[in-house]
Amino acid sequence: MKQISAVRAFWWMIKRDIVLSFRHKGELINPLLFFVLVIMLFPLGMGIGQTQLATISNIAPGLIWVTALLASMLSLEGIFRSDFEDGTLDMMVMGVRPVALLALAKVIAHWMVTGIPIIIIAPLMGLMLGLKTEAYGALMLTLLMGTPLLSLIGAIGVALTVGLRGGGVILSLLILPLYVPVLIFSANLVAMASIGEPITAHLYMLSGMLVLAVSLAPWAIGAALKISVS
Amino acid sequence: MLRADRIECLRNEQQLFTELSFSAEPGQVLFVEGANGSGKTTLLRMLCGLRQPDEGDILWRDQPIIDLGAEYSANVIYIGHHAGVKRDLTVEENLQMASALIATKPDIDFETVLDEIKLYALADQLAGHLSAGQQRRVALARLLMTSAPVWVLDEPFTSLDVKVIAWLEALFEAHVQNGGMIILTSHQAVNLTGCDVVSLRLGS
Repeated sequence: MKQISAVRAFWWMIKRDIVLSFRHKGELINPLLFFVLVIMLFPLGMGIGQTQLATISNIAPGLIWVTALLASMLSLEGIFRSDFEDGTLDMMVMGVRPVALLALAKVIAHWMVTGIPIIIIAPLMGLMLGLKTEAYGALMLTLLMGTPLLSLIGAIGVALTVGLRGGGVILSLLILPLYVPVLIFSANLVAMASIGEPITAHLYMLSGMLVLAVSLAPWAIGAALKISVS
Repeated sequence: MLRADRIECLRNEQQLFTELSFSAEPGQVLFVEGANGSGKTTLLRMLCGLRQPDEGDILWRDQPIIDLGAEYSANVIYIGHHAGVKRDLTVEENLQMASALIATKPDIDFETVLDEIKLYALADQLAGHLSAGQQRRVALARLLMTSAPVWVLDEPFTSLDVKVIAWLEALFEAHVQNGGMIILTSHQAVNLTGCDVVSLRLGS
């Protein structure tokens, strides 16, 4: 009986956070807008010419991935803020439900409202940067696996810094190093795919990281939240 | 039942209290008094297990609450200054959220709860659009839903009108008479004539 209600609390938490995001349209649109605008600026900054176009096309995987990473980090910053400020976090930490489960629910909800729109619009950005045709599948695949990974890792850092004033800088110092492996494997995978090389090794590595993050990060987030409320 | 054993609290290297021991039994109200900044809220958060004492132990049925973890927190409901009311959720959604997170009575009827806190007509309003007192009532509705015997309340009477204060006092008395335990702070005089009230004074 207790387990059933814990699962219900999990679904309820996901639903609650999605409802809250839709009542705060700004938070919903900001990461997506950031993603699109930054990518649009790159070609403008590089000038026009055959060599530049070729360069942009070559660095497109990295560009899209770096921007997705920054968008994810910026939007994650507020994931626990309102719960911390209005005392809901106390309730989550003290309550009868495992904090890890609620934290996972929050991360999933956050990914659904910020990660998925980025994944959907990414091919369009690829088109704009002249990404090679062979790379689109790989781009979608890495974003599909990589953005939840970023959300899970980032949420650990956010949970640790939610009680701090001006935690933003510490947050970036804390989680950017952890983002690096995700970035390396994902951007590399897309680059490999675009020149027709096999991508299996990178794919295994990414899936391994995702499995690890899904199973371990919630515990770390839960523990970090407990520290933050005390 | 709930006992503090020589607990100490430091904040910003300042000692808020030290060697503080007290206990509370079922059927008692522990009234924590003290000036602003004397550590009342900190003490309450410690009793909820949200914060660890810097020295000493808090014991529930003679076991440190730090070892009991969730087993202990299922017995406690905490309504603090920031009362856990989401401004962007409706009144009813707030109640649903609370019922998903706290230890609840087996069958809660939200309509009865809404009726009891006199917000039935405003159930679909966003909590952020309500007055401070109404928001407070949304938080206090958790007391009607919970099965926890220990109520830890930080300034529960803030921004409530006379009628609601009387309702809340009656609710307290009923809870204590049923063998519950209440730990509260308040700057207002509290009229709990039917209860066994123990005072605890913090600071000098």
